[in-house]
Amino acid sequence: MSDHEPSSSMRTPMGRVRHLGAAHAGTKHFWHQRLTSVALVPLTIGAVILVLSLMGRNHAAVVQILGSTAVAIGLLLFVLVSAYHMWLGMQVIIEDYVHDELPKIAMLMGNTFFSCAVALTAVFAILKLSFGL
Amino acid sequence: MAEAKTSAKNRPLSPHLQIYRPTMTMMMSIVHRVTGAALYVGTLLLLWWLIAAAAGPNAYAGVQWFLETVIGRLILFGYTWAMIQHMLGGIRHLIWDTGRGLGPVEREWLTMATLVGSVGLTVIVWFIAYLMGGFR
Repeated sequence: MSDHEPSSSMRTPMGRVRHLGAAHAGTKHFWHQRLTSVALVPLTIGAVILVLSLMGRNHAAVVQILGSTAVAIGLLLFVLVSAYHMWLGMQVIIEDYVHDELPKIAMLMGNTFFSCAVALTAVFAILKLSFGL
Repeated sequence: MAEAKTSAKNRPLSPHLQIYRPTMTMMMSIVHRVTGAALYVGTLLLLWWLIAAAAGPNAYAGVQWFLETVIGRLILFGYTWAMIQHMLGGIRHLIWDTGRGLGPVEREWLTMATLVGSVGLTVIVWFIAYLMGGFR
């Protein structure tokens, strides 16, 4: 229990014992969702046109274009910002629909694992295309 | 403890989806969430394509074959539309975040614009990709 809790506090006795309150991070999730969404507008337009324009081309041409510096940097930005944005978004969906504690925590963990795996795999593939290892 | 849990489940709930008349803004709000979730899963297709390209010609031939089937093409077209719809829906939310476009006429107009815009832009983007040498 906090020692600067006034005796006239509006907190319930159970609330005092649990000692949970505002996490002081209330707007961070909202703000990062907006921040990434603004960044994703030009990145998405570029990525969609790039990927579609490569459809039907042979492997050598695709590797050459994806591995070129400007395209690789743009694509890296797109996948990293996308992975963060979708991690934030899926977290909201899970919190809206999954109310039981254990499945909720399991799914939030799964969301983090999946989003990190997507980001890392895409980054690895793009770097491999660039450096030709 | 078990008793507390049961009584929590029996609490009256506030009215939900089924009692409201469906409106355009409501439907497109749902579409925004559904497209977001679909794009989340859709990253697996993008990953498959990227890994295959990085792995070599044989692996790339596999993903290329799939994307050239009718199903593959439909998925790719749906993926493009979902991406653009979610982007335009997001822009609409950014406009709403500034406090603009929330009036009864503007919000309906904005919402219709995202739907018409996403279908139109999907066709335009595929056409641009074709002009840039894609799909041949």
